[in-house]
Amino acid sequence: MTGFSSRRVRAIFVKDLREFRRNRSLTVTMGIFPVLFSVQPLVTVLTFSSSASSALRHEHVLLYMLGIPALAPALVAAYSIVGERQQGTLEPVLATPIRREELLLGKALAALVPSIAVAYLVFGLFLACVELFAAPAVASSLIRLPDLLAQLVFTPLVAGWSIWTAMLISTRASDVRVAQQLAMVASLPSVAVIVLVALNVIPASLATAAVAAAALLLLNRLGLRLVSATFDRERLITGTR
Amino acid sequence: MSASNGLVSSGEEPSAPALSVDHLSKRFGGRVAFDDVTFEVGSGEVFGFLGPNGAGKTTTVRALGTLIQPTSGTAMVAGIPLMPENGVEIRQRISVMPESPGLYLRHSVTENLECFAELYEISDPAGRVERALDAVSLIDRAKDVCGALSKGLRQRVALARALLNDPEVLFLDEPTSGLDPVAAREVHDLIDGLRRRGVTIFLTTHRLEEAERLCDRVAILNTTLRTIGRPDELRDRLFTKTLSVRTAEPLPEPDRVFGGLAAVDGWRQDGATGYLLVVSDTNLAAPAAVRALVAAGADVLSIAESHHSLEDVYLKLIDDEAVGR
Repeated sequence: MTGFSSRRVRAIFVKDLREFRRNRSLTVTMGIFPVLFSVQPLVTVLTFSSSASSALRHEHVLLYMLGIPALAPALVAAYSIVGERQQGTLEPVLATPIRREELLLGKALAALVPSIAVAYLVFGLFLACVELFAAPAVASSLIRLPDLLAQLVFTPLVAGWSIWTAMLISTRASDVRVAQQLAMVASLPSVAVIVLVALNVIPASLATAAVAAAALLLLNRLGLRLVSATFDRERLITGTR
Repeated sequence: MSASNGLVSSGEEPSAPALSVDHLSKRFGGRVAFDDVTFEVGSGEVFGFLGPNGAGKTTTVRALGTLIQPTSGTAMVAGIPLMPENGVEIRQRISVMPESPGLYLRHSVTENLECFAELYEISDPAGRVERALDAVSLIDRAKDVCGALSKGLRQRVALARALLNDPEVLFLDEPTSGLDPVAAREVHDLIDGLRRRGVTIFLTTHRLEEAERLCDRVAILNTTLRTIGRPDELRDRLFTKTLSVRTAEPLPEPDRVFGGLAAVDGWRQDGATGYLLVVSDTNLAAPAAVRALVAAGADVLSIAESHHSLEDVYLKLIDDEAVGR
């Protein structure tokens, strides 16, 4: 019996990336969130005067941008299984020697990689704009090393959790739109926690970060197992059960 | 139904069957998809699986293709027991072409096939893709986006995809469904080519003339297996042999002409100047009937053996079942 195949994972990853890139409605919808989570804070920050910079020290504005990895990949991941099912392409794929774990991992990576790339890119652009155009006092209040590290560490963790949740929905849903809407709703608690930390309602301490990172790591590890357990070939192909 | 009924014999030591199905059933809750199905398909055989809509043909293909789990019974697919733990190994040796081609319409023909070549972990994927495209005469459309292809061409791409792993058993589920006659004929020619190469083909179809033309044996399924055998065997089994006689004028005393003829078991009128003779042996009955007609002074227009198509067999079985309900 043959074992786990990284070649099959890569085949699904490459195929899904190509599919996402050429599916205009998906890329446009996915592009809304980076705009939403960067333009409004940027405008606010750029209009801040130096005298308002002390107020920024009590908030973590940069963390708002974790909303991008929380929401953007959910749309793609929610599409990944039910979208193939609706197109009629799932059955031929499942008729090959692919294991469900290989299929799910390939699809998760295809949602994760562009989401992380977009999130880091938007974050970098945001920082560059702040450095270049915001008042110096505002920029120094805003850009702090712990917040930068938090952004770097939590972007993949948040995106990963968002993807597994959306894929879980995608394996059970029978319509792409419904799956995407439910995935958005399922991502809202993550966004709420991010906002509460950004507003300092939940204190943004090292302990908070450590607990949150450990929890997300655990959830991401469980994610593949959970989605794999709910991935029912028979139901996906026949629509029964 | 005997599992080995009518297997094509070559006169040599029979090889292991490519498919061996033993009392296989599938239920979805209370609904029976197919029940107690038993048959064998020989290596290199083209086996037709016929039946009306909802008869369980596609579900049988999916069960044998390890896409769904049978409720009971056993099967061997390409020499491997049909069990969940053998799914990957079975799927490496077979190919399933579903009724809908299921192509990625935003991808080119080559991109579609390359993805599947990777999923089968084929060495030299580019070469294999080229050979598969060559087999279905699609080399010149390799760079075309699948969404821009006609239905017939998409079906050919799906067939090329099914050939990528050089399968021991190829399951074709309604391969000509929805195709125009020209496109359907192209697919028939491709299947004919595969048969000549010795590929075992399990073909489900609605098109009886397709089954008659392509298949060595057929099985008729309507939830349970109704019959199995070579098309000519099924005709002989279900229909009495008849001779159809046409004369220029009605015979004044047909009973005197046909009564007591060698190998003629009975006769009935078929129109004003037509007669259907029920015979046990056409080679004996036809000359005897001609001699009797000439002796009676009749002008014979034609005498021919009545031909029953596979469609007649199919309709008789399905109609008999409907009456029996």
